[in-house]
Amino acid sequence: MEKRVTFRGWRLPLILILPQAIITAVFFFWPAGQAIYQSAFIPDPFGLKSQFVGLGNFEYLFSDPYYLASFRTTAVFSILVTVVSMSVALWLALMADRIIKGTGTYRTLLIWPYAVAPAVAGVLWLFIFNPNVGIASWYLDQLGYDWNHKLNSGQAMGLVVLASSWGRISYNFLFFLAGLQAVPRSVIEAAAIDGAHFWKRFRTIIFPLLSPTTFFLLVVNVVYSFFETFGVIHTITSGGPQQATTILVYKVYADGFVGQDLGSSAAQSVVLLVVVGILTVVQFKFIERRVHY
Amino acid sequence: MSTVTLSDVRKTYGKTEIIHGVDFDINDQEFVVIVGPSGCGKSTLLRMIAGLETISAGTIQIDDRIVNDLEPMERNIAMVFQNYALYPHMSVYDNMAYSLKIAKLDKSEIRERVERTAALLQLSDYLQRKPRELSGGQRQRVAMGRAIVRKPDVFLFDEPLSNLDAKLRVQMRLEIRKLQRDLRVTSVYVTHDQVEAMTLGDRLMVLNDGYVEQFGTPIELYEKPATRFVADFIGSPSMNILRGTADSGAITLETGVRIPSDTQATNEVDMGIRPEHLVLSDSGCLGMETGMVEQLGSNTLVHGFLTGTRIPLVASLPGVHSERSIGLALNFDVPPHAQHVFDSKTGKRL
Amino acid sequence: MSGMVEKTGKATWLIHLGLIIGIGIVCFPIYLAFIASSVTQAELVRPPMPLLPGDQLVENYSRALFSGINAPVWRMLVNSMVMALGIAIGKIIISLMSAFAIVYFRFPFRALFFWLIFMTLMLPVEVRIVPTYVVVANFGMLNSYTGLILPLIASATATFLFRQFYMTVPDELTEAARVDGASPMRFFLDILLPMSRTNIAALFVILFIYGWNQYLWPLLMTTEPEMNTIVMGIKQMFPSGDDLTDWPLIMATALLAMLPPVLVVIFMQRLFIKGLVDTEK
Repeated sequence: MEKRVTFRGWRLPLILILPQAIITAVFFFWPAGQAIYQSAFIPDPFGLKSQFVGLGNFEYLFSDPYYLASFRTTAVFSILVTVVSMSVALWLALMADRIIKGTGTYRTLLIWPYAVAPAVAGVLWLFIFNPNVGIASWYLDQLGYDWNHKLNSGQAMGLVVLASSWGRISYNFLFFLAGLQAVPRSVIEAAAIDGAHFWKRFRTIIFPLLSPTTFFLLVVNVVYSFFETFGVIHTITSGGPQQATTILVYKVYADGFVGQDLGSSAAQSVVLLVVVGILTVVQFKFIERRVHY
Repeated sequence: MSTVTLSDVRKTYGKTEIIHGVDFDINDQEFVVIVGPSGCGKSTLLRMIAGLETISAGTIQIDDRIVNDLEPMERNIAMVFQNYALYPHMSVYDNMAYSLKIAKLDKSEIRERVERTAALLQLSDYLQRKPRELSGGQRQRVAMGRAIVRKPDVFLFDEPLSNLDAKLRVQMRLEIRKLQRDLRVTSVYVTHDQVEAMTLGDRLMVLNDGYVEQFGTPIELYEKPATRFVADFIGSPSMNILRGTADSGAITLETGVRIPSDTQATNEVDMGIRPEHLVLSDSGCLGMETGMVEQLGSNTLVHGFLTGTRIPLVASLPGVHSERSIGLALNFDVPPHAQHVFDSKTGKRL
Repeated sequence: MSGMVEKTGKATWLIHLGLIIGIGIVCFPIYLAFIASSVTQAELVRPPMPLLPGDQLVENYSRALFSGINAPVWRMLVNSMVMALGIAIGKIIISLMSAFAIVYFRFPFRALFFWLIFMTLMLPVEVRIVPTYVVVANFGMLNSYTGLILPLIASATATFLFRQFYMTVPDELTEAARVDGASPMRFFLDILLPMSRTNIAALFVILFIYGWNQYLWPLLMTTEPEMNTIVMGIKQMFPSGDDLTDWPLIMATALLAMLPPVLVVIFMQRLFIKGLVDTEK
């Protein structure tokens, strides 16, 4: 896609593009290059010299059970966040779409959690499930269920999934509702006249028509749970207990800043770059497909 | 006082040349219409005069200045675009004042000029409106007003009426003509509509495939088309064109029909005759199998074929005739003075 | 709207009920936070916590705003505001300019610039934190607004969005401006910018929220409490042991931290939704 009509000259456009080009070069390409470069070295314990190890850091990474576990944790975490936040949002959107009046009001009441930072959401849920003062943990205790996410890995995972999904419901709800409202009324009425009940209509007509939205949200939510949930993990569990909630992004931070293992952290950054690259390709393929719909 | 002179103007995109050496002079205060089918290069030519397209070869002169390398504004031209190209976020006033503001005119001078132009175009009540709040005709007027306020040396129009409905188009056509007469500004107007071209232009340039087919007054083009293309393009309904061989005072059509003619040619020719110049006559040499009949009130169009062929033929009969009164066949005389004879190879008039 | 099909009274009431329950669940954490910010520490640490507001609202919020734990919360609010505005405005300005250059000019290395910028699409700072931190530290930008803002405005989303918008602007408008004598910059300022204002506003809403909610980057960049942003500052208010956690103060801070972006979403809902849809295309 190109404009037919353009202006002459090359100095002005270069000046206009320079700010973004410089910032991109300094804060993106330089660090990314550094990450790739450093991933081939191991600094000595005093940080004075580094030793070239080639792909050694990567070999070490992929034989490190903690790193492989982090991959699994990330996968489990993203799948859970995506499924939980999308199904709740779809359920709410289906209801909001079925009423005639007040859709706008419900929408207003449901979208604002989008604006709550993941880290703040983390603090809220930490408060509710705090083993000492949390209201949820207290009631669970009354029911005979012992809640302590600081010791129990499963509970820790459950809590970070809950906190991460919560703020995401708004986003998914908005897109599902828009998708539902784009389903032509005539199609649904035709099905209703044919005698299809709601559940059948949903399975055979609404859901297939909604599949572009669903696929789009799947990709976006996976990206979200990979990269934007750092705040939730950091505030609630700090990756624990026993690294049970250490997702990849958290591990880069923990190894690089807390553990000061720069070579490994850089190698992890490079792995993440590759993951992002793959997700970008998936998203672009998908956008291309959407154009053809 | 402005003339426009083009000498051997060419335009190439990559390796393809789309304007092949155009020469012409436009006199001061003249209204010239460039007409041709879509894709003939007429808009490109206009945009080259405007300075919106670069010139690959040749020169364009406005008065004594060669303007090839000047920006549009420095050429002191004004242009009216096909889709008006009004700035959507500006009021009518600001749309018209924009070029004057850029030229750093006095505020009071700008106000005076805009208001005078608005009055001229009956836009005074709409100055504070946004383009989206105007009708198609009003937007068209604003586009004109934007051109007029600048007092340019040359007006350029790029199919300005093609977005209007038929009735408004006729009305705006008259308005444009009147405005141009009153303002006495040299104008170049591009259209694919030959009726618009005939009614507006002091002179017409017929452009085909990047070549100038003919440049002359509407009546010259109608009465003495220089090429078969012009003959076919100018006039509605189109001229009948029949292939035949000319020799000693007659043209023999492929069907064997002999038509008396003044032509001196002795080769294969295309003979053109306008539908309105066919003369109904029982003893006429040209036979027609009639088909559909269109009654237009003042005249009647009869569509059919040359007898015994599938070569289409159209005749325009004065007055009202019904399908029944016309019957299945008609004969026509082809008066020699109304014939247009073209070389069938070159398409040039003989 | 599929709702048109079934509109028997009972079904409709059930749906409304379902929605209200859903909203109740979604809003419940905020309600609890509000309660917690209105009572004393003593009332909270005796579970179960009260479910009705207490009388400590003013006390807790003024304590948070003006003294806080490491730094007064008003100070962190100011920092967050500067960062969010800086990121939103900075991104918008550099993107408007670079998109204009890419769409409206043909200049050397245009394709290269284009791809360099667009490779940063979708590349969150989280992925390259350590080396980016080193770069910023070497510039001496730790604990500065510049360091907080600059690395985060290098993203292609906004450039991409403006490029898409510019492509829809009719060519004739550009030509009309040229005929009117407008230079490229005048065309940009007088015509393109005013025409982009809805897009700019929608993008501003999204970027403001994005900037306000940054966590990891400020966490690394601001070692002095005076420079903490509110979203990352909350976590710093937790002591090492749970027993001493000042929950009323923390909950008041949490509510203050979410207030500006939530207000933006609620009051600019239309722009917010447009922005969301635009940026995800």
